[in-house]
Amino acid sequence: MIAEIGQFALILALCAAVVLAVLPLIGSFIVQPQWMALARPAALLQLLMVTISYLALTSTFITNDFSVLYTANTSNTQLPLIYKISGVWGGHEGSILLWVWVLAIWTGAVAIFSKHMPAVLLSRVLSVLGMISIGFMLFVLLTSNPFERIFPIPVDGASLNPLLQDIGMAAHPPLLYMGYVGFSVAFAFAVAALLGGELDSATLRWMRPWTNIAWMFLTLGIALGSYWAYYELGWGGWWFWDPVENASFMPWLLGTALIHSLAASEKRGVFKAWTVLLAVLAFSLSLLGTFIVRSGVLTSVHAFASDPARGKFILYFLVITIGLSLLLFAVRSHKLKSTANFELVSRESALLLNNILLLVACAAVLLGTLYPLFLDALDMGKISVGPQYFNAVFVPLMLPVIMVVGIGALLNWKKDKLKGRQTTLLALVILSLIAGAILATQFDGYKITAAAAIGLAIWVAASSLYGVYYRLRNKRNRLSAAMHTPAAFWGMTIAHIGMGVFTLGVALTSMFADEQTVRMGIGETHELAGYEFRFKSIDEVRGPNYVAAQATFVITKEQNSVSTLVAEKRVYNVRRDTMTEAGIDGGLTRDLFIALGEHLGNNEWSIRLQYKPFIRWIWFGTVFMALGALLAAVDRRYRVAATTQKRARNTKVATGAATGAAS
Amino acid sequence: MVNRKQQTVVHVLLIQVCVMLFVLLMPASSAHSAETVLKFDSDEQAALYLRLTEEFRCLKCQNQNLADSNADLAQDLRNEIYDAVINGQSRDEIADYLVARYGDFVLYRPPVKRVTYLLWFGPFVLLLFAIIGGWRLISSKPTITAPEPSEALEDARRRLNE
Repeated sequence: MIAEIGQFALILALCAAVVLAVLPLIGSFIVQPQWMALARPAALLQLLMVTISYLALTSTFITNDFSVLYTANTSNTQLPLIYKISGVWGGHEGSILLWVWVLAIWTGAVAIFSKHMPAVLLSRVLSVLGMISIGFMLFVLLTSNPFERIFPIPVDGASLNPLLQDIGMAAHPPLLYMGYVGFSVAFAFAVAALLGGELDSATLRWMRPWTNIAWMFLTLGIALGSYWAYYELGWGGWWFWDPVENASFMPWLLGTALIHSLAASEKRGVFKAWTVLLAVLAFSLSLLGTFIVRSGVLTSVHAFASDPARGKFILYFLVITIGLSLLLFAVRSHKLKSTANFELVSRESALLLNNILLLVACAAVLLGTLYPLFLDALDMGKISVGPQYFNAVFVPLMLPVIMVVGIGALLNWKKDKLKGRQTTLLALVILSLIAGAILATQFDGYKITAAAAIGLAIWVAASSLYGVYYRLRNKRNRLSAAMHTPAAFWGMTIAHIGMGVFTLGVALTSMFADEQTVRMGIGETHELAGYEFRFKSIDEVRGPNYVAAQATFVITKEQNSVSTLVAEKRVYNVRRDTMTEAGIDGGLTRDLFIALGEHLGNNEWSIRLQYKPFIRWIWFGTVFMALGALLAAVDRRYRVAATTQKRARNTKVATGAATGAAS
Repeated sequence: MVNRKQQTVVHVLLIQVCVMLFVLLMPASSAHSAETVLKFDSDEQAALYLRLTEEFRCLKCQNQNLADSNADLAQDLRNEIYDAVINGQSRDEIADYLVARYGDFVLYRPPVKRVTYLLWFGPFVLLLFAIIGGWRLISSKPTITAPEPSEALEDARRRLNE
């Protein structure tokens, strides 16, 4: 019964989406205020119905209703409650339903937080979101219905993949989808701007917080996925350039470019058509990412062939969405004139450079991800494109971005002579490099590369902080001036410093990591990077739905106790999968990582010991970036923009003249 | 048209670029030490073994290198690579042997040849075009230049934006 309610609610949601996609849009062109007024209630009705549908599926998991095929395939009576709830998105059908739900949430959020948006713009934005909704709901209902029943009803379910039975994995997909799908809002604004033939700074101001929030979620989602891979997959790596990872990384790169080009468009009226194109491309890459992950087309061509209906559906949807929006762009983008000009040394130029490099980096990732597929399809041979390729191409493209991030942020708009700043900047470069050279001596085996990398990270932070100083330099009371500095500025500074933190983590981990795979018996010790690892004991442990061999290690450094770590090898009851649970001693300056390998007989085990200096800084950096995006999104100026809009409608004449001059 | 102050900026950037090029050109030295389950004659051999197992694909796995894979085939190939390394073969000799047997698919670093020119050089050609395009955008005045907003309009706009 519950499953049928879920299915029925989803069909009603589809009806609401059809109304949303059609009537307000037509109403906005033939000037029918009643039709446009339907947008908000339709969006909220859609949200309500999808929520009911999603909760219905969740309840089949919680109540072990194995008459539902998807539940029987994904859940199990032994599964702890939290993994029953997160298990809803542990398989294909449920994760697409989650996608639909997240889209409904974003659409509902736009409907709720847009009281002051002009009706024409709002109805077009919501209509575009409704169209995307239709596509994905049809996808669920026609090819991936999670509410399908089976008979006879199995006694128990097949259980969730043990890899996914983890808190990190429980939170990873919703965060990632909030980011992916969040770019649909920027996309909808872009399409609405193309339909209307104008993109004024008020609209751009609406777009910025939405884009920032989506980007924040995507950043956290990717970072959590990386952290999860680090401690759950058991190899100690944090990024593998796997197609599925790249699928989430490409929208991130373009989303980053979009955030920066939005800034230039809003403040200076430049790069308008470009901003719209980026918004379209960022969401297109989100769709492509969904296609890549959901169709399995990249990991194996055969997985695609095994269920062609799904892959084809998303592919057609992808082609129609991207094709139509690019066609619209081709026809209408000439209306979005950028009028202001700027000089070589200016904030605009720095943002342009940022956009060029991020776009090319994204293109490189796309090329590397799809190249094997195209070669294979054209029968020109089978190749693999792995980390060695991506590191060789991606790193040189990103280094300049990291180098100029601090300078770009303190340049003036339009034209800047860097008056009074070059000497300080030059001094900062030299001091950063010297500091890097000194700090690099702290590591075993001096590396000039390490000195340069540490220097670069310090330079990013120092130049960003100098930007703060420069902004406040002429204020009499610096503290109170700092309090009144817009949150967006602090957000930018924090995000940029996050880049430095991230860079430091990546560089030091890749240069000074140490690892050994050793054969150890109980009571034996092994030394790695100055730490003594003693294999204390091995026990059998029973979890709720698995049995594990649990090894205990005592770690000491120069006779001082450091920590006691537990590494497990689990065998799950239902699916008989083996899982490695690494023992990790995390720290600010280093992680110690123990993974239990094969039993070699004679009470000896193969043990993988790893020393990972500064690896946490990678994730700290991403948290800084996400925090920066959040701060920028909640900036008062964007909320005040709403009031301005209202006032603007009252003083129409003045606004018309002003925006005419501004755009 | 580059004036002196801009030159200083350029110098700052150039210094950084040089330092970074240094970083890039330095061989990525591997800090990994020997896999002590296996015995090697020298640290170089151990490093080569580790590098090779990370560079070749486990053919049976979804997307894993030989070092991380537990598959039997990966174990066999690891043993072969180990033997080859112990016998003093170079990276290229071992790679050639594996490619002859399994094709380019086994390499995670695709070889530079005709069908992969686009893959290897495409991004940098695109970068070149993008920089030329960006340069032209900066140096050329827009064809339709809006007049600078007059004082009064600028003032009105500022007040509206407050």
